[in-house]
Amino acid sequence: MAQQYKSWKDLPIGAVVPGGTCYLNKTGTWRVSKPVLDRSKCTKCLLCWIYCPDVAIAFDEENIGIDYDYCKGCGICANECPVGAIKMVEEVESQ
Amino acid sequence: MMEQLTRSGNEAAALGAKLSRAEVIAAYPITPSTFIVEYLAQYIADGELKAKLINVESEHSAMSACIGASLAGARTFTATSSQGLALMHEMLHWAVGARTPVVMAVGNRALAPPWNLYANHQDSIAQRDTGWIEFYCENNQEVLDTIIQAYKVAEDKRVLLPAMVCLDGFILTHTRERVDVPPQDAVDEYLPPYRPEHFVIDFDRPLTENVIVTPAWYMEYQYQLEVAMRNAREVIREANRDFAKKFNRDWGGLVDSYFMEDAEVAIMAMGTIAGTARVAVREMRKAGHKVGLIKLRAFRPFPIEEIRKLGSQLKVLAVIDRNCVFGSGGASCIEAQSALYSIPNRPKVLGFIAGLGGKDVGVESIKYILNKALKVSETGRVEREVEWVNLVGGE
Repeated sequence: MAQQYKSWKDLPIGAVVPGGTCYLNKTGTWRVSKPVLDRSKCTKCLLCWIYCPDVAIAFDEENIGIDYDYCKGCGICANECPVGAIKMVEEVESQ
Repeated sequence: MMEQLTRSGNEAAALGAKLSRAEVIAAYPITPSTFIVEYLAQYIADGELKAKLINVESEHSAMSACIGASLAGARTFTATSSQGLALMHEMLHWAVGARTPVVMAVGNRALAPPWNLYANHQDSIAQRDTGWIEFYCENNQEVLDTIIQAYKVAEDKRVLLPAMVCLDGFILTHTRERVDVPPQDAVDEYLPPYRPEHFVIDFDRPLTENVIVTPAWYMEYQYQLEVAMRNAREVIREANRDFAKKFNRDWGGLVDSYFMEDAEVAIMAMGTIAGTARVAVREMRKAGHKVGLIKLRAFRPFPIEEIRKLGSQLKVLAVIDRNCVFGSGGASCIEAQSALYSIPNRPKVLGFIAGLGGKDVGVESIKYILNKALKVSETGRVEREVEWVNLVGGE
């Protein structure tokens, strides 16, 4: 936003902007720890996909993946996974 | 043809909304509300008004529904009073920030406890800092006319702020007097349909409403509101001028002045007290006193220029408030003092709190105040800055 506007006069009235702003604003950086999926244990039951409050579990009919651009590391998927296929790893350790 | 009948303030407000062709009306009609929305429900049921009436579970929801409908591009209306207005508080801020020109009738009624529900301006004065435009009416005709003008002002591109039209509880809401109802086609000419440019729900053009902004831009958004409120002053004057031209009724714009040409002492009042003050001023003029009346029609935005111009000729301005900023004085008195402080020949300002909770403010009460002001104009000495009038037991 900061780059786009030079003055208060340029700001769109009522803070109304074109839809789809989430695509521009990647919120995964808020994360402290991240879920790591062990594909050998995953049964593709999709409980993680159902429970994820941020639509950060990706599923393409074949594979399950985690969208780290938006995952905020809440750990609900790891908690709900019935086979223990998701582990939470601290961001610092994982780097 | 003008239709002339006696109508209550409630009916006048409802007729104002009907003539303005409100499209969505959301309200919670429980005490301390008024009959305003019931009249509108009747008009819709009878097929006289094509609008959607939304029954909601609280005043907070009523305002939320109005904001949503306004974002969708509809002209919206609601009405409430006292506790109901207090419950709306959070969404009043939202309506302003979202720039939704909702118009609301407020039957000014006292807040509890103790329960009272009679005329008192505290309910709408407490919403002073939300960013709503606030009009106060003297009679039922002004209520009807001001609702139509309120839409004209609120929807103006230079403003885009919601507006309250306030009428004294019972004294106007439940009292009948003659009201001329202008013809629909004339109102349609004065007030064209609401066509917002900045938002309207359109599935082919998805929008994000009211996004989050960082500290770098929040203040800039607040300044947009400040500019809109400042612009409202000129837009209110214009709307009044156009209205007077078309309907032959001139309410003065932001203020109405009476016997002010050569007045040395004046009383300032909002709402029905202004009507009573006219009688007192007229009678004291006959007795040879150079007194006048400033009727404050718009409290927000406050008419700083008008008050400075009228105030600069005065020796004493007595301000009567049907509200109290506890520990200080009446809200409009504080505003007047603030507006007058920096002019070279400012008058002495006396504050009077009167009529709280429906206590009668008669011609004698106004004369008492004006006589006090005349005495100060002679002696040049202010003994008491704020006085509670007709207080049982005295201060």
